[in-house]
Amino acid sequence: MDKIEKTCIICPIGCNLIIEKDPESKDGYRVSGNKCNRGLQYAIEEMINPTRILTSTVKIRGVSNKMLPVRTDRAIPKGKLFQVMDVLKELEVELPIKAGDLIIENISNTNANLIASKSIV
Amino acid sequence: MNYDLVVIGGGPAGLAAAISARRKGIKDILIIERDRELGGILNQCIHNGFGLHLFKKELTGPEYAKCFIDEVRELNIDYKLNTFVLDIDDKKELSVINSRDGFFKIQAKAIILAMGCRERPRGAINIPGSRPSGIFTAGTAQRLINMEGYMVGKKAVILGSGDIGLIMARRLTLEGAKVEAVAEIMPYPNGLNRNIVQCLEDFNIPLLLEHTVIEIKGKDRLEGVILAKVDENRSVIRGTEKYIECDTLILSVGLIPENELSKSAGIEIDPLTFGPIVDESLETSIKGIFACGNVLHVHDLVDNVTLEAYKAGEKAAEYIKKTSKERVLKTKKVKLYPGNGIRYVLPQYVNIDDLDNNLKLFFRVNDIYRDIEILIESNGSLIKKIKKNQVFPSQMESITLDKKLLTEIDQEILINVK
Repeated sequence: MDKIEKTCIICPIGCNLIIEKDPESKDGYRVSGNKCNRGLQYAIEEMINPTRILTSTVKIRGVSNKMLPVRTDRAIPKGKLFQVMDVLKELEVELPIKAGDLIIENISNTNANLIASKSIV
Repeated sequence: MNYDLVVIGGGPAGLAAAISARRKGIKDILIIERDRELGGILNQCIHNGFGLHLFKKELTGPEYAKCFIDEVRELNIDYKLNTFVLDIDDKKELSVINSRDGFFKIQAKAIILAMGCRERPRGAINIPGSRPSGIFTAGTAQRLINMEGYMVGKKAVILGSGDIGLIMARRLTLEGAKVEAVAEIMPYPNGLNRNIVQCLEDFNIPLLLEHTVIEIKGKDRLEGVILAKVDENRSVIRGTEKYIECDTLILSVGLIPENELSKSAGIEIDPLTFGPIVDESLETSIKGIFACGNVLHVHDLVDNVTLEAYKAGEKAAEYIKKTSKERVLKTKKVKLYPGNGIRYVLPQYVNIDDLDNNLKLFFRVNDIYRDIEILIESNGSLIKKIKKNQVFPSQMESITLDKKLLTEIDQEILINVK
């Protein structure tokens, strides 16, 4: 793994990032192909600790044909996505719920909170 | 029943159009929505990434919709849910039905069409084989899983690499299904780059370019599909057939603007966009009927739908405020044509004397091109030229032309890739 290529997903341009190991540089990697600084940060984060915002749904107690959409309020480590999904599978919320309501604090020790992304009364 | 403005469709286009017309002083507005709630397709798009351009934030679909639903309520704009428009005529009379009021008619001074689009189903791509259950369009699967709480299957193949298909590959995987592959008949993916990365690469889901489903197996429930590679003419290459066992086939093979109502009113439809032919005001071939959002042409980003709808609302408000004498025939109407390498261009007409200040053209190319120039020409002379590093059919492009550049133009305008 001297050199890997990744498509930047920060914005719709989708720069083709070339990431090389470089012990000389501050972060340990040299990045080229990025058109902006956010691309550089993304490339390094992808190498050190890739994170994603998780969006899913949870069940509503007593309601059979409606799900509550939820999200993490910040990106969580990619490797923990399925661990959080396992928690959501068992979860049931009570109505009413407002968009932004806290559902689970620090879910699966990710430092992210699970919040509702829709109001349902 | 009478309204100044009736907006058909309560999705992102309809909501933004109604809000903008109200801000321009139109008091008497009705939004008609056939679903149980406002927000349209955004309600089932629970993933994030909406609003990056407009709000500089990554919202989920329901969150993006909420911004506009809240505003519609604050502005006291009337809306009817679970209500269906059966017909509109060229005098702007609507035939409407719902289970509470029954059948009724509404006379509008202006109408905004914001009905969105529909998915192309299996019948549109003619896959041979039996007709078992387990075959869904991506949007149907999305609604079942995200809104109604039904899982559609355990082992899936996705045909087509449109954005909803890619999003559903990730969604099915997170919900515990195995997505065997995403097959795309073209040599390039149809969805946004970020979705290829976040939805497929993140979960090691193979993207098979130049592949398609050539047969469907199974009697009651889908048992498997046969995939094959295609050549540059999209013809199946013999000997490349491969059986994949699966209980679910998700189709993400394109969207078509939903214009049954537009046609019933006699509105002219562009065979390239499948949406109404409009001018720079988004006014259709019938005066006082405007169109915006996916009913006009299929957008990649909801942010662009919102901006287009704001404009339709504003222009409908201007139309309503004018007296019938002021609604004189527009002058110097010039047609815009898609030339070499361009699939379609919007608007199809421009009334140059009526332009506010500039003209924003939207277009799609018909293939991937690198290091090209986009040329805007009329009667053999160049109006504007811009360079592009690369353009994709899946990404809508735009060019803004200053009104000054257009004042001399009186012949059709052609847009070309060179």
